[in-house]
Amino acid sequence: MSGLNLPGMWAIYRTEMARTRRTVWQSVATPVITTVLYFIVFGGAIGSRMQQVGGVGYGAFIVPGLIMLTLLTQGISNASVAIYFPKFTRTIFELLSAPISSTEAVFAYIGAAATKSVLIGLIILATATLFVPVRIMHPGWMVAFLLLTAVSFGLFGFLVGIWAESFEQLAIIPSLVVTPLTFLGGAFYSIDMLPEPWRTISLFNPVVYLVSGFRWSFYGVGDVGVRVSLAFVVGIMVLCLALLWWIFRTGYRLKP
Amino acid sequence: MSPVISVSAVTKTYRSGQIALHEIDLTVEKGEIFALLGPNGAGKTTLISIICGLVSMSSGRVLVDGHDIVQEYRAARAMIGLVPQEIALDIFATVEDTVRFSRGLFGRHAAPGHIDRLLRDLSLWEKRRARVIELSGGMKRRVMIAKALSHEPDILFLDEPTAGVDVNLRRDMWGIVRRLRDRGVTIILTTHYIEEAEEMADRVGVIDRGRLILVEETAALMRKLGKRRLSIMVQKRIEAIPPALAGWPLRLEAEGERLVYDFDANAPDTGIPRLLRDLGAAGIDYKDLETSRTSLEDIFVGLVEGRA
Ligand SMILES: Nc1ncnc2c1ncn2[C@@H]1O[C@H](COP(=O)(O)OP(=O)(O)OP(=O)(O)O)[C@@H](O)[C@H]1O
Ligand SMILES: [Mg+2]
Repeated sequence: MSGLNLPGMWAIYRTEMARTRRTVWQSVATPVITTVLYFIVFGGAIGSRMQQVGGVGYGAFIVPGLIMLTLLTQGISNASVAIYFPKFTRTIFELLSAPISSTEAVFAYIGAAATKSVLIGLIILATATLFVPVRIMHPGWMVAFLLLTAVSFGLFGFLVGIWAESFEQLAIIPSLVVTPLTFLGGAFYSIDMLPEPWRTISLFNPVVYLVSGFRWSFYGVGDVGVRVSLAFVVGIMVLCLALLWWIFRTGYRLKP
Repeated sequence: MSPVISVSAVTKTYRSGQIALHEIDLTVEKGEIFALLGPNGAGKTTLISIICGLVSMSSGRVLVDGHDIVQEYRAARAMIGLVPQEIALDIFATVEDTVRFSRGLFGRHAAPGHIDRLLRDLSLWEKRRARVIELSGGMKRRVMIAKALSHEPDILFLDEPTAGVDVNLRRDMWGIVRRLRDRGVTIILTTHYIEEAEEMADRVGVIDRGRLILVEETAALMRKLGKRRLSIMVQKRIEAIPPALAGWPLRLEAEGERLVYDFDANAPDTGIPRLLRDLGAAGIDYKDLETSRTSLEDIFVGLVEGRA
């Protein structure tokens, strides 16, 4: 046998998507409910007292940030569980013994995780339009950011899942690193609203670039240039890919 | 016959520093049933795991039908099915789905006919729509076997297939193994039980503390194993073996209460009737007789001593 193991990739993708269907409530209802809550609190209660940000009503302003926030957390949790769980239940033996390359396996797992993230992102977008007027000035860029972010953070989650040796470790990266970064990443404000030195410090937060670029694709305004944002997402993706390549080459934490 | 698996100078040292395998050399012929026999911790699972790609070897080389398992892992692994020692299943999936998943993972297109036949052969048909979590332990083991056979492998590894298995499953399993062998599938199994190897295998390899200490045709090994032991419990304690019995290779044990005689059960004359007559003539009465097969442990001891 030579060439791509397409049936293998398809088997993984389908099984992962089936897992999503089995847990459709957690997968879809949770982000939707969370988003609605954000709109009630930030858009309704607080937003009515806020001025427009960069010419956009506050409710509409937070939509891209909210989607990014969900994309990040969902991408990481889906992909990390997808690989951690087989390690935990030892079913990973089958993957390791199969005639499938690491690249093919990652492609299938990340493909499934990203599909799910994008779907959830779109559901949130649809939910948001029920509350506030949303327009998308640059749909091509919007789709590009959506896909790239879903893939990059799927990869990041995959790394977390390989690294984790317990459920605590699995939970610690999202809660200790990602949640603070996303909240401080300008999802609910423009970093121009921050006093110095916080504004400058914020520029070290990768999430700022993601949210900014994504928001630019909606309203044409961002905290940093859109090309800088794009470079950041691609940079994160390349970094994760390099780490994964190293892991598979050395068998780190996968094979005794 | 041509070797379908050839293992040369394979060693394994785990990261903990544990040396699991010292320089293993082994070839397995196409179509044979090969049993790896050895006590707990001998390295059976480690060796199998290396060939199947679950564990990386420290040094050495393995060819599967001529394909290097590292460089040409696709070709090598596509030929192999593995039933590991421990059950590991996605408990939320249905039986049918998880078996189909395995087939896909091994690069084969769907073949509902084959999967259906497998499920019937393994008495899983009624349970095909059930989720794995609803199955008993034995049923789960059947699912593991179905998964390993889902992609119609040319080589099947069974790591302790009969541990914790009831008579029915054991019989079904040996039935399947025989049918697979008739179709030319090579089977490598591990076991602690010499009887099992005797029943199924064409050849047996004995592994102990990471060394393959013997590889032999089952029949030849059984001849070695044909050595039996007769224990004679004497009526009255004796201090020493009487001179009249000096011609017999007897040992006195249990503080003079037991006489031990080793004999070859396959020999035309075991010598037992003559020995018993001689005992009577020497005035030694006995209250009980017992024969036993030299145990696997005895053979290990014998082999290790033989090598030293
Ligand atoms: N992942 C691991 N890390 C460290 N040491 C290991 C690992 N797996 C096995 N070992 C050690 O390697 C040796 C061989 O183990 P292995 O599982 O291959 O034995 P086995 O012959 O299959 O035994 P059993 O009959 O109990 O299944 C043992 O000393 C074991 O403790
Ligand atoms: Mg074992």
